[in-house]
Amino acid sequence: MYDIIGIWVGAFFTLAIYSFLYKENPIYRLAEHLVVGISAGYGMAITYQITVKPRLIDPLLSGDHWILLIPGILGLLYITRFIPRISWLSRYPIGFYMGTAMGVGFPLTMKANVLRQLEGAMVPLYQSGMAWYEVTGNIVMILGTLAALIYFFFSKPHKGLFFGTGSKIGIWVIMVGFGATFGFTVMGRISLLIGRIQYLLGDWLHLIE
Amino acid sequence: MRKNWIVVPALMILLLLPALSVAQSVDEILTPAAEVQLEQPDPGLDVPGTITVLDRKNDAGDLLVVSFEQPLYTDGIFAYNVYRRVAGESDAEAWNLVEIIPADEPPEFIDGYDPEYPINSGVLYEYRIASVNIDGEEFFGPVFEAGTVSVGEIYHTGKTRVLIAGGLFIFLIFYYFAKAQRGAKMYLRPIAGIEAIDEAIGRATEMGKPILYVPGLSSIADVATIASLTILGRVAKKIAVYQTPLIVPNRDPIVFTVAEEVVKQAYLEAGRPDAYDPDSVFFLTTSQFAFVAGVNGMMMREKPATNFYLGMFWAESLLLAETGSLSGAIQIAGTDAVTQLPFFITTCDYTLIGEELYAASAYLGQEPKQIGALKGQDACKGIIMGFITVALIFGIIDVVANTHILDWLRDLVTSPIME
Repeated sequence: MYDIIGIWVGAFFTLAIYSFLYKENPIYRLAEHLVVGISAGYGMAITYQITVKPRLIDPLLSGDHWILLIPGILGLLYITRFIPRISWLSRYPIGFYMGTAMGVGFPLTMKANVLRQLEGAMVPLYQSGMAWYEVTGNIVMILGTLAALIYFFFSKPHKGLFFGTGSKIGIWVIMVGFGATFGFTVMGRISLLIGRIQYLLGDWLHLIE
Repeated sequence: MRKNWIVVPALMILLLLPALSVAQSVDEILTPAAEVQLEQPDPGLDVPGTITVLDRKNDAGDLLVVSFEQPLYTDGIFAYNVYRRVAGESDAEAWNLVEIIPADEPPEFIDGYDPEYPINSGVLYEYRIASVNIDGEEFFGPVFEAGTVSVGEIYHTGKTRVLIAGGLFIFLIFYYFAKAQRGAKMYLRPIAGIEAIDEAIGRATEMGKPILYVPGLSSIADVATIASLTILGRVAKKIAVYQTPLIVPNRDPIVFTVAEEVVKQAYLEAGRPDAYDPDSVFFLTTSQFAFVAGVNGMMMREKPATNFYLGMFWAESLLLAETGSLSGAIQIAGTDAVTQLPFFITTCDYTLIGEELYAASAYLGQEPKQIGALKGQDACKGIIMGFITVALIFGIIDVVANTHILDWLRDLVTSPIME
């Protein structure tokens, strides 16, 4: 019984959200406000259940993780935003979080986005056993990378043979890459649509198996 | 005599026949016995042998490398369950299952990645490993005390290249930063998307409609979010001057707090703190698609004249930009998410591609320090291009002269994925 009600509610809200394709309307607005409200409340409950309780409250109550008082107090400082007189205290946890995130992120970014990419661009042009298309692919990849980098030079005018032509080739390379990404991602989105249609026609209307 | 010669083999054959018969019957007796033996319950699987535990280098003292001798007979073994507890504990419940290794995989793993069962530095542990059959039955091997404890290192020797590269890049940025502060003139090439920001704000002001600014859906730890918040400050300052309504919905609670501060500060700097509307910056929800549903609804109801989508976006990028396009707003997007850029490019009027988003703040502020930093970033890109060009030349030399100098250059920058 509850399953059937759940399927009908799901189908109703699916159609309510799809009604936006026609125009913004009260049914869409109802679904929108419900999904926003429920997700915010649900998110709060989940955060408490999977983070605050097992990682802060339970260890503190067990009595042997007093070090957790520091992040606990930092977290509580965030709530001071509701008290205008001491709301400036909330900047401490934000500053701490931002600083830590940047500090931890810098070497990771340097490694993943610079060194690993640089290594990936340093490929041999030809090795025994390589097919002609692999050799061509390597040459296109190296020259394309150089051209795309030229496009992202901001302190030089995009004029002349090197910066002018290079940046033009660069933006073409970037756009070709985006085209391929677009097609690939759209295929993924279509599968989401198929999933919804299967839900409506199968689980709800039983028109398909 | 001749007759006797025939009798002997005849007698032998006569004796052989019953012997063969007896042998056959014995075989018949033995064969079913062997089958019965096979049908008996499996007495158990062979268990792993010695467990070796080593401290992992270049860690924070929270990882151990565990390996073990596989059993001699691995028939029927589906996987190995590795259990760990603090050495000296006698409680059987203290054993924690820390790893399940499929039977066909190498008998070693790094212990300590599971946040539920962390390795504590300096603590001695003991291990035991069970062979597991397809039904999940466990057959335990002996308990082995780890011969070592995990110790943290102050310096990660595997990240020297990252340190050098990071140091070089930081030096270049600060060098140009200082140069700009000394008054050196630095050129910035025009970027259409950034130049259109003023035009977009002006359009909204003329139409008397609000401006929607979405600072991405990521956390404050994302570089794109920080870049977006910096741009928000510049945009909000202009909005404050023109007194145009501003809408800034947020998905992340901390981003919301920072965005609120940034906008408030911008109104203060513009000399219009009274014009700041506390409801203009608000938290919507953490759920990705619920956030999109909310913002899309706002776009269609409030009909903002200008939409900014600057920051980190995922699958919601097209949903937002397409709705904004339907509402008739001028749209400026910017992100470093490569998979989402194509959607913004197809639906928005202007798109800041990747690093253009980071550069936008310097463009808008025109502060010498930020322009200097941008110049420093260009110098970093120049070094990267230099390396790739040298690699290209070395690659050609390798082909022509049959050398391997490209490998040497690759080794120079190669940073192992797992140190």
